Amino acid sequence: MSGARASTASSRESVRRLLYPALVAAALLSIWQALVVGFELPPYLVPSPGRVAKTLFADRVALGSALFVTVKVTVFAFAVATVIGVLISFAFVQSRSIETALFPYAVLLQVTPIVAVAPLIIIWIKDPMASMVLCAALVALFPVIANTTLGLRSVDPDLQSYFRLNHATRTQTLVRLRIPSALPYFFGGLRISSGLALIGAVVAEFVAGTGGSGAGLAYQIMQSGFQLNISRMFAALLLISVTGVALFAAMAWLSRAALGSWHASETSHD
Amino acid sequence: MNLVGAGGPAPSAHAAPASASTAVPAIEVLSAEKTYPDGTHALQPVDLHIAEGEFVTLLGPSGCGKSTLLKMVAGLLEPSDGRLLLWRRPVRELEATGRRIAFVFQSPTLMPWASVETNVRLPLDLAGVARDEAEARVADVLALVGLVKFAKALPRTLSGGMQMRVSIARALVVDPQLLLMDEPFGALDEITRSKLDSELLDLWRSKRLTVLFVTHSIHEAVFLSQRVVMMAARPGRVIEQIAVDEPYPRTPGFMVAPQFSRYAKRLQDSLLRASSESELDAPPQQVRA
Repeated sequence: MSGARASTASSRESVRRLLYPALVAAALLSIWQALVVGFELPPYLVPSPGRVAKTLFADRVALGSALFVTVKVTVFAFAVATVIGVLISFAFVQSRSIETALFPYAVLLQVTPIVAVAPLIIIWIKDPMASMVLCAALVALFPVIANTTLGLRSVDPDLQSYFRLNHATRTQTLVRLRIPSALPYFFGGLRISSGLALIGAVVAEFVAGTGGSGAGLAYQIMQSGFQLNISRMFAALLLISVTGVALFAAMAWLSRAALGSWHASETSHD
Repeated sequence: MNLVGAGGPAPSAHAAPASASTAVPAIEVLSAEKTYPDGTHALQPVDLHIAEGEFVTLLGPSGCGKSTLLKMVAGLLEPSDGRLLLWRRPVRELEATGRRIAFVFQSPTLMPWASVETNVRLPLDLAGVARDEAEARVADVLALVGLVKFAKALPRTLSGGMQMRVSIARALVVDPQLLLMDEPFGALDEITRSKLDSELLDLWRSKRLTVLFVTHSIHEAVFLSQRVVMMAARPGRVIEQIAVDEPYPRTPGFMVAPQFSRYAKRLQDSLLRASSESELDAPPQQVRA
């Protein structure tokens, strides 16, 4: 029951949540390094972690600018998907007929593999940046629509009756009741979408295959593959994974900052 | 008793608020019934007259239609036949009478993201009351229900009983004449419930409210009300109305008095009788105590 003891316990818990995965990483990296050195594996098959780190440092300028391009596509696509997804959800909630008419197409969008659609988009849209953003946004859109719509509908029915009893207008009900009720679902959708935007960005780059100044991490992976520069492939892969983890962490933080005080999903006690 | 003919035009010549000396009908339920499209008879035709200032409970088992009846009075449900009048006007024209109703749900029904004071201010915000005036009124009702210290707290940090007080404060902040309560204390422990029952009686007397209170507890019904409307299930119907002719203020001591047990026994018997008649499609009886 004591608050002090509870906070000590929770800080010990957060240390554990960082420490344990870090130990696993250290163990795996040591085994990897030992195997590569022990069996004298050539670096064009499996590079050692040490060599990957060295490549990461040596090629930092090229990899850094590629990372910047990929992150830019991901963030733009994620922003576009969020804004459009939320607007579509509002339309769905305001009218059942809009939802009935359009929802199948939202599903169609979701189930069509982006790799199959991307070549078309890339042909139609000249600007490679815009076409990649569009591809990634299409991948990231559905979870925002599905979750936000569900959230806007998941209103406590008694509270809804209460608003009705008080002659609340549509706008009042939307702003004071539906939007706050939808926030936990919305943030859940953002967590999924942020990861999907990154996947979409990488897939779009693979398909577009743009080199030069617009080249992202996917292009770096392709190029390194052709040159059998496996350490560099690993380095680029590592950067993509780190970006994904960072996005997820950012969304988790945003969700906690917005809901932390009231929503049960963000509070461990009680 | 019927001052307004069931089929006649709504406001009668006597529609103006009468002086308090005669019993002004606050609620008139005229053969209102509820049948769902699938043929379920949620509520057989009910006739019920509740005078201004009365405290009436609707008592019965689950499925007897007591919440349905209450929601029809509130205008949350439309009767499939019959009419409901509040101060001799159809429910949706209540605003024209200058009177207000407040509804208290079974659960506290608070916005979990908003503080106690924001929750209590909600009906005033929805009605567009100026912020200064709204805040003053919120402060008043919070003092009335003893929640001043918790004005900034979030609902989830409060106990069930405290959350219910917030819900009652939110009802009182609009200064209602009629309070409709749907098993408000059903989820609370016995001690908290009887404390809130006593506080509710104090509020009813001091504010001269009319209260229609739904409960499935015989003891709560006898303790609170001047009249108990006994209902039964399958099909939902009113079986009996029993007046509880005991003076107020009623203290918790009333609950152990012999006459209290007599009322409870009387209600218990009619409840048992009704449940044995259920499924036989027995016609509703109207018996006065």
